[in-house]
Amino acid sequence: MSRLYLVRNPRAAARSLDGEMMIMSARDSTLFTLNETATILWQSADGATPLDEIVEKKICTEFEVEPAEALADAEALARELAGHEILQISEVPITLLQQPVGEKR
Amino acid sequence: MSLLQEVNEKALARNIPLSVQLDLTYRCNERCVHCYLDHDDHGEMTTSEIKHLLDELADAGVFVLSLSGGEIFLRKDFFEILEYARLQKQFCVKLKTNAIMIREREAARLQEIGVESIQISIYSHRPVVHDAITLVPGSLQRSIDAARFLKSQGLRVIFANVLMVQNVQDYQGMRALANELGIECTLDPTITPMMDGNRSVLNMGIGHETLRQVFRDQALVGDVDEFCAVPAPGDENSLSALPCSAGHTSCYVSPYGDVFPCVQFPIPTGNVRRQKFLDIWRNSETMNEVRSIRLKDLNTCTSCTHVGSCTRCPGLAYMEGNMRGPSSQDCEKSFARTGIPSANMIAKKWSTANLVQIRALPGVPIIPAAGALA
Repeated sequence: MSRLYLVRNPRAAARSLDGEMMIMSARDSTLFTLNETATILWQSADGATPLDEIVEKKICTEFEVEPAEALADAEALARELAGHEILQISEVPITLLQQPVGEKR
Repeated sequence: MSLLQEVNEKALARNIPLSVQLDLTYRCNERCVHCYLDHDDHGEMTTSEIKHLLDELADAGVFVLSLSGGEIFLRKDFFEILEYARLQKQFCVKLKTNAIMIREREAARLQEIGVESIQISIYSHRPVVHDAITLVPGSLQRSIDAARFLKSQGLRVIFANVLMVQNVQDYQGMRALANELGIECTLDPTITPMMDGNRSVLNMGIGHETLRQVFRDQALVGDVDEFCAVPAPGDENSLSALPCSAGHTSCYVSPYGDVFPCVQFPIPTGNVRRQKFLDIWRNSETMNEVRSIRLKDLNTCTSCTHVGSCTRCPGLAYMEGNMRGPSSQDCEKSFARTGIPSANMIAKKWSTANLVQIRALPGVPIIPAAGALA
């Protein structure tokens, strides 16, 4: 089974409002507030840690949930966030955050 | 309640400055006839001072950062600051500019970095009018070219127009131009007194009759009857409302680090070169005084018919002499909209009438004869 890697879209605007993440989509400037699970995904999306590891170490330890079910839900959520250009997802580790602005991607 | 309103409510309850306008410079390459700024550089914050401030603003919870001026592109470190704000600090950044220094390359870079919007000052669709306001020949063409470059990058562009006697006849043509370019357009009849207190620029205001006509332009206001309706009297709820977001969820920082409740509310509350931003935001006595004012605390306005619907700007009121007093420009707007004079206008009319009614007693001259006071 392939692994999924997430990275925060550097073009999205983000701020924690008293613990709740506010994100403005890079695609259409729509404002979102993230629930607890989505906030964990956002904060853990470093491009290097695979989603299954995030789920195992940060979601299953926080919520009483079956790992397989949690992973499926987290993957659906990650894809939804990617659809809004809040996260970028890939089946290989992502190092775009280190790429300076101006270089072709 | 929209998500944005919810976020605002939360920020208000937690005393978080959700949005800040930061002027990077007062220098400008245009000399707009109505501008309130002094364009000399009296010691702008350095790049590192600004980055440090951005760190503090992010830590304070600021989400929306408006970068304005002066002309922001005159700062050689503009893109360095913008990249830091966007990519390191993840602000939602809005830009205000005349855009005459934006060409294809700058537009492409803005697209790469990602900004929420770019607001461009445009005063007319005709160069003869626009350039006579900016006092820079060719400025309209350059600003419109820039708007096209930005649009071609998929960026959101807004034309901002200040209505004055010089350009009021052109606002429909300007809106048509914006429409043709696929650009949003805002109109504002408010002219801000100059920073040194000089109010002579207010003479450029469009006046009651023209403002009345503008407020009855369906293309601008939608349902004219609704927009110009006589307001419902103020009730307990409306009197408990905040005058505006200044000092509550937003504030302004000058190029010299001075913090004010709003760009249009020049009451100093502290300086980020000497104090931490959050210390000023939370503990400044002046900021807390501004924050404490509710509509029910206003002097003349509390008894005014328009109290629940007025656009009263506390900063303009402050510049008139009293932050708890009326803002005459907003009184004029309420009057032009509804035909009902504000309590402030009625009070002024009475005082004027009283002066006119003074009569000299028979045989006593009002003006002393030459030499009488010597």
